[in-house]
Amino acid sequence: MDLLEYQGKQLFARHGLKVSSGRAVTNVDDAVAAAGEVGYPVVVKAQVLIGGRGKAGGVKLASDEAEAREHATDILGMDIRGHIVRTLWIEHASDIASEYYASVLLDRSAKKPLVMFSVEGGVDIEEVAEKTPEKLVRSHVDPLAGLSREQAVQIATAGEADADVIDGVADALVALYEVWIQEDATLAEINPLIVTPERDVRALDSKVSLDGNALYRHPENQELSDAENEDPIERRAKEEGVQYVKLDGDIGILGNGAGLVMSTLDVVAQAGGSPANFLDAGGGSDAEKIEQAVQLILANHAVRAVLFNIFGGITRCDEVATGLIAAFGELGPEEKAIPFVVRLDGTNDAEGRRLLSEANLPNVHPAATMNEAAEKVVALAAHPAEGHAGAGVAG
Amino acid sequence: MAVLVDKDTRLCVAGITGREGSFHTLNNRTYGTNVVGGVTPGKGGQDVEGIPVFDSWAEAMSEVRPNTAMIFVPPRFAADAILEAAAAGVALVVTITEGIPAHDELRVYNTLLRDHPGTRLIGPNCPGILSPGKANVGIIPASFFKPGNVGVVSRSGTLTYQIGNEIAQAGFGCSSIVGIGGDPVPGSSFVDVLALFEEDGETELVVLSGEIGGSAEEEAAEYIDQSMSKPVVAYIAGFTAPAGKQMGHAGAIVSGSAGTAAAKAEALEAHGVRVGRTPTEAASIAVEVLGGASAAPA
Repeated sequence: MDLLEYQGKQLFARHGLKVSSGRAVTNVDDAVAAAGEVGYPVVVKAQVLIGGRGKAGGVKLASDEAEAREHATDILGMDIRGHIVRTLWIEHASDIASEYYASVLLDRSAKKPLVMFSVEGGVDIEEVAEKTPEKLVRSHVDPLAGLSREQAVQIATAGEADADVIDGVADALVALYEVWIQEDATLAEINPLIVTPERDVRALDSKVSLDGNALYRHPENQELSDAENEDPIERRAKEEGVQYVKLDGDIGILGNGAGLVMSTLDVVAQAGGSPANFLDAGGGSDAEKIEQAVQLILANHAVRAVLFNIFGGITRCDEVATGLIAAFGELGPEEKAIPFVVRLDGTNDAEGRRLLSEANLPNVHPAATMNEAAEKVVALAAHPAEGHAGAGVAG
Repeated sequence: MAVLVDKDTRLCVAGITGREGSFHTLNNRTYGTNVVGGVTPGKGGQDVEGIPVFDSWAEAMSEVRPNTAMIFVPPRFAADAILEAAAAGVALVVTITEGIPAHDELRVYNTLLRDHPGTRLIGPNCPGILSPGKANVGIIPASFFKPGNVGVVSRSGTLTYQIGNEIAQAGFGCSSIVGIGGDPVPGSSFVDVLALFEEDGETELVVLSGEIGGSAEEEAAEYIDQSMSKPVVAYIAGFTAPAGKQMGHAGAIVSGSAGTAAAKAEALEAHGVRVGRTPTEAASIAVEVLGGASAAPA
């Protein structure tokens, strides 16, 4: 779960990390009022879950009310690479002497938390890592002991932070580690971590990802999920407990098990098709869950054909067939025109196929293998009227 | 032979009295796995179809001496259950539970390393381990597999069934099928399991099924090149996954330019591992290497 800049900063403040005072607003009048409260000059910042806002014109300095109004008007509603700006963060502008970088993340390879620090902040850190790796200090932390102040001082020193702010940087690193550990974050990043002319060390930006599996420990963080910026079908799926990711294509996909669904997307793409979604119906799905999943897939009106790829382990193929038949009963005439290709293998597959064949649904096409199913659904999405088009349209 | 589970397995199950836990435990017993007990705090003294239930792992250990634990408890209790089984001296802990917080997994992994180096963890969020004809610990549908000489190691359950089934249809069986799970901090990696297959007398070829996220496949590629004499055939899922989106598994996410399927396939091929572009192709390469009639091409 990715947080917006201001939400991350609120978590920072909760753990004693210094941030500039600011206000989150959603309309121009509130933006102007907030600017007056925090004091000019202010920075008007688009709150979107994508990098490169500055270059896209989503971050502007305002020295008076007229400028604040102008910038807020321009930035609200702006489309930054597919992300519409609905929230602004109005912050008192900071004087900057230096821009550093700091982060804590889960190093999956070492299976330990990793603290990174650099005095080359304010730029793309991946570029620093590639071009001047000696300027990016990486230090693993024993998760059973935590980040000690001694280790934080060592990191700041090794990274060649200015001598008079070693303590300030170390404090910031310890606080950032606290954010990471206490809030169950998978990433907590500050870029830039600034040093002011008064030699204050402060977080000017934030990038925080929280572990959705740990939200039960943090009821206060549950509302941070950015519903406004989320796709409405994805939001509905989340509420219903279904693993659904919307994609750009026109072939709806349902499978059981994350790996098999990912693989199905690939095989459909190789057959020349373009998947409209990822949907993992999960292990042991019953008929009701299948019915629900069909409704989610068809809620995306770009879908022109649907592929069911089931290899039943815990999932029983007869349950899948029952769910599909029930779902068809609820469909409107337009939705019934959408062809379904169904591949059922595994537990109770014969029974599942028998149920489907007896139900004699008008636009359901069985397939014996995963590859055959992919080719069929791609052909049907291209020419839905031709019915059993078979293979060969891929390209 | 086989790896990890076999006729010597003595299985004890945390969460045996739950709906899923009892269903799969009894399935495992029906398959022939020696199930010696279960652990559910507060239900000691009861039994599940004749399998004795204990209040704690320490008690289970002194009464029935399990060497393998299966964890079926809900996510918020799973970390403690794993560590309790390890502290009691259980050598292998297979964790099926899905949805354990990443920080709990970190704590468990590092605690095992420091305090219980003799305990091996498989999972979490995995389908378990099946050694066909010998033992089944977990939720893998055993009916699709028969004994043989192919080792399978995978981050995904159903994808394993898909590939394993195609190999079986071509007439080959499996020594063991090991699901290492789709979470960010698995207890055992591809490399750990590949090392076991390399040592296993029965295994002649290994099929590795990976997916996007992390760098476990890249590490496996290097290991195979440097330390394995047996052929390995790979499949990677997630070529069409967009960056920044979690594809079901908590560990399946492409971050920035890292963790893509293309990078993983390239790394494996650069180290001499043949990679199938579809599960069917991976299975037919495996069959070809084993010297069987090649399965129908894609």
